[in-house]
Amino acid sequence: MSPASPSPDRYLITGGTLPDGTTADVLVEGGLLAAVGPDLTTPAGTEVLDARGRVVLPGLVDLHAHLRQPGREDAETVQTGTRAAALGGFTSVHAMANSTPVADSAGVVEQVWQLGREAGWCDVHPIGAVTVGLGGERLAELGAMAESRARVRVFSDDGMCVADPVMMRRALEYVKAFDGVIAQHAQEPRLTDGAQMNEGALSSMLGLAGWPAVAEEAIIARDVLLAQHVGSRLHVCHVSTAGSVEIIRWAKERGIDVTAEATPHHLLLTEELVRTYNPVYKVNPPLRREADVMALREGLADGTIDTIGTDHAPHTAETKECEWTVAAMGMTGLETALPVAQLALVDTGLMDWAGISRILSSTPARIARVADQGRISADGVFEIGAPANLTVYDPDVTRTVDPETHATKSRNSPYRGMELPGQVTDVFNHGHPVVRERALATPRTSYQQDQQNNQTGSPQQ
Amino acid sequence: MKHLLSTQDLSHADALRILDTTEEMAAVSGREVKKLPALRGRTVVNLFLEDSTRTRISFEAAAKRLSADVINFSGKGTSVSKGESLKDTVQTLEAIGADAIVMRHWGSGAAAQLADSGWIRSAVVNAGDGTHEHPTQALLDAFTLRRHLARRGGLAPHGTDLTGMKVVIVGDILHSRVARSNLWLLTTLGAEVTLAAPPTLIPLGAGDWPCAVTYSLDEALATAPDAVMMLRVQSERMHDAFFPSAAEYTRSWGLTDERLAVIEASGVPDAVIMHPGPMNRGLEISAAGADSARNTALEQVAHGVSVRMAVLYLLLNQKEPA
Repeated sequence: MSPASPSPDRYLITGGTLPDGTTADVLVEGGLLAAVGPDLTTPAGTEVLDARGRVVLPGLVDLHAHLRQPGREDAETVQTGTRAAALGGFTSVHAMANSTPVADSAGVVEQVWQLGREAGWCDVHPIGAVTVGLGGERLAELGAMAESRARVRVFSDDGMCVADPVMMRRALEYVKAFDGVIAQHAQEPRLTDGAQMNEGALSSMLGLAGWPAVAEEAIIARDVLLAQHVGSRLHVCHVSTAGSVEIIRWAKERGIDVTAEATPHHLLLTEELVRTYNPVYKVNPPLRREADVMALREGLADGTIDTIGTDHAPHTAETKECEWTVAAMGMTGLETALPVAQLALVDTGLMDWAGISRILSSTPARIARVADQGRISADGVFEIGAPANLTVYDPDVTRTVDPETHATKSRNSPYRGMELPGQVTDVFNHGHPVVRERALATPRTSYQQDQQNNQTGSPQQ
Repeated sequence: MKHLLSTQDLSHADALRILDTTEEMAAVSGREVKKLPALRGRTVVNLFLEDSTRTRISFEAAAKRLSADVINFSGKGTSVSKGESLKDTVQTLEAIGADAIVMRHWGSGAAAQLADSGWIRSAVVNAGDGTHEHPTQALLDAFTLRRHLARRGGLAPHGTDLTGMKVVIVGDILHSRVARSNLWLLTTLGAEVTLAAPPTLIPLGAGDWPCAVTYSLDEALATAPDAVMMLRVQSERMHDAFFPSAAEYTRSWGLTDERLAVIEASGVPDAVIMHPGPMNRGLEISAAGADSARNTALEQVAHGVSVRMAVLYLLLNQKEPA
C-alpha cells in the first residue's frame, strides 16, 4: 500500500469489556490509543467495531516462539509464524535463536528483524544466542546484536542449556552493559541424556528414558544464585515443575531479579498423554504431572511466574510421524495460547482479564524492554497515547481445535480435537487492523512502520 | 485380539486363552511331523530393526510350523534420521503381502504406535520394543511356570493360572522389557512378584507397581520362591555407574553357587531358575546355576516356539472368519 491510498486510520471499538472490568469505547487514531471512555463521539470517517460481549485486551507479547527462519522454512517462516501470531492475538513475538544459521550475530538477527518488518503482521523481536552456534563454549557477540537494528535485549540458547556455570555467570554479567536479560533453558544435560518424557512411575512403565524434575530445578537454583551474585537479570524459560516454582518463589522473596515463564501446554496437559506414544505430545521440557500443572497455575496467579511464553515450536509432518524416541520435540501454540490461558486461569477463577493483560502483555514487554507494547496498568487501565496494540477477544464461544485450519505452516498442535474457549476477533498492531472479524486483514506496510517509528520514537528503551 | 502389543493390557481371560492354545501347539511340536496347515497362504513378516537372533528364529519356526510364508527383514535402524521411515517400511511390507508384522524395535512404544497409526491393516506382534515390553517372552515364561505348577499339583495345565506362585525377578530391571512384561503378566495370572536389584537398576516409581521390591537377593531367596528369574546384565552398565564392578554385582546379585545351595535347601519342590538368555556365565549366573537341572532356559526356548505359534494363530485366524 502506498501513502497515496491511505487506509482509514481511525477506529472506534465500542461497548467492549476492558481488562479492569469496565465497559467502555476505545478510540484508535493515528496508530495510537487516543481515548477510552463511555460513549465516545465518532468523528466522520471512523470505522466502528462493535465489541459488545467481547474483551478488549492489550496486544499479547510472546517472549518465546520458534519462527524457524532462516533454515527450516519447511516448518515455518517469519511470514507464516507471524500470521499465526496475529490470529492468536499477539502484537509482538520474540523469535528464538535456534535457527540455521543460529541467530548469534548481528547479521542474522537483523535478517529476522527485517523479515518481520516485511511480513507486517506483528512486531518481531529476534532473540540472540548466548553462545556461538548454541555451542555453550564461546560467548556470542551480544553487544553487536544489542547495537544492531534489531536492538536485541533477550538472549537465549533455548533448546540448549547454558550448562557451564562460568559461561552462565559471564553472560549474566555481560548483558548488564545494555540492560539485557539471559533467558535460560534450564536443563542439566547429563541428567537428561536421551530423555524422552517426565521421569516417574509412568516413564518407568512406558520404558522411556526419564527427564527428571531435578534436572530443571538444579539449574534454576544455580542460576538464581548466580544472578544474585553478579547483580543481573535472569529469565527462566518454560518452567515446568512444582519444585521450580518453589525455587523461583524463594528467589523472589530474597529480592533476586528473576522472572519466569510457563508455556500454555504445561498449564493444561499432563504426562498421561504420553501413554499413547503419539509424538505430538513430545515436548521439551516434557509434559509433567497434574500437581505440576496446578503449581504453575498458582504461580502465575500469585506472580511467582511472570508470563506465558508459547514455546511455539512448529515441526514438519515427517519429524512427528515417526517413532516417539526419534520424533522432534515441540508443539505449536501461538493460535491456541489465549484460549488455553482462559481455560486454565480465567475460567478456573484464578485470574481476571487484568491478570491476563499482566502475564501476556505488560510483564513480558517489561522483561524484554519493549516500550511500545503492554502499556496498561497493573489493575488493567490502558495508557492513553500509547501505541494502539490491542486484541479484541470473544471469550464466550467454544471451538474444536482443527490444526489443519491454522495459519502456522505446521500441524503439530496437541489440542487437535479438543474444545477450547474463546476466539480472537480483531487485532490492532500500532493502530492498524491486522485481524478483522476472526480473519487476517492486511499487514502493516513498511511505510506505516516508518511513520510510526518517527511518531513514537524508538521502539525500545 | 487384533494385535499383541503388551502384557499390561492383556486380560486374565486372554492370557489363559493364549496359554491354553499354546498347550495345543506344544502338542504339535512333540509330533514327528511338526506342522499344521492353519496359516497356509498367509504371510508373516519378521521386521527386526534391532539385533536379535533368538527371538527372530523362534518366530520364524513358529510361523513355518503353521505353514505360513515367512519374510525376514532386518536392519539396524529405520528412522527419519537414518533413511526410510517406519511408515514407508511397513507400507512396503504390506504391499508385498504381509498379513502380520512381527516387529522388534529399538524404540519403546514403536509397536503400539504402529498398531494405532492407521498406516497398515496387518496384525502387529510386539517382539520387543526398546525398554518397554516383550510380551511373547513373558507368555513363554508364564507357560513354563504354569506347567511346573500344574505338574506339582498333579493337574492338567489347561485353564489354570499362577495363583500363589512366588517369583523373584533379579537384575537389570531398569533396562529390561522382559522384566516389565513378566511383572504385568505374572501378577495378572495371580503370582506374587518380587524385584531384586541394586537401587540404581530399579526404575523410579517401581514402589507403586504391584510387586515387592528389595535390594537384597539374599532376602528375596529367604522367602523360598518358586522361581528365580535371572536377567541378563550388560557388563558395560558399570561404565554408567549403575554398579561399581562386575565382581561386586556378582557377589550381591549373581546366582552364585552359594545362592544355588540356598535354593536347593529351600524345600520348595521343583523350584526353578529361569533365564531369558543369552546367559552371562560367571556374571549374573554361575556355571553350576546355568547347568543346574532346575534351570529352565532350554525349556523356555522350546516353549517360545509354541507360544509364538499360538499368538500368530489367534491373531491371524481371527482376522478372517473361517
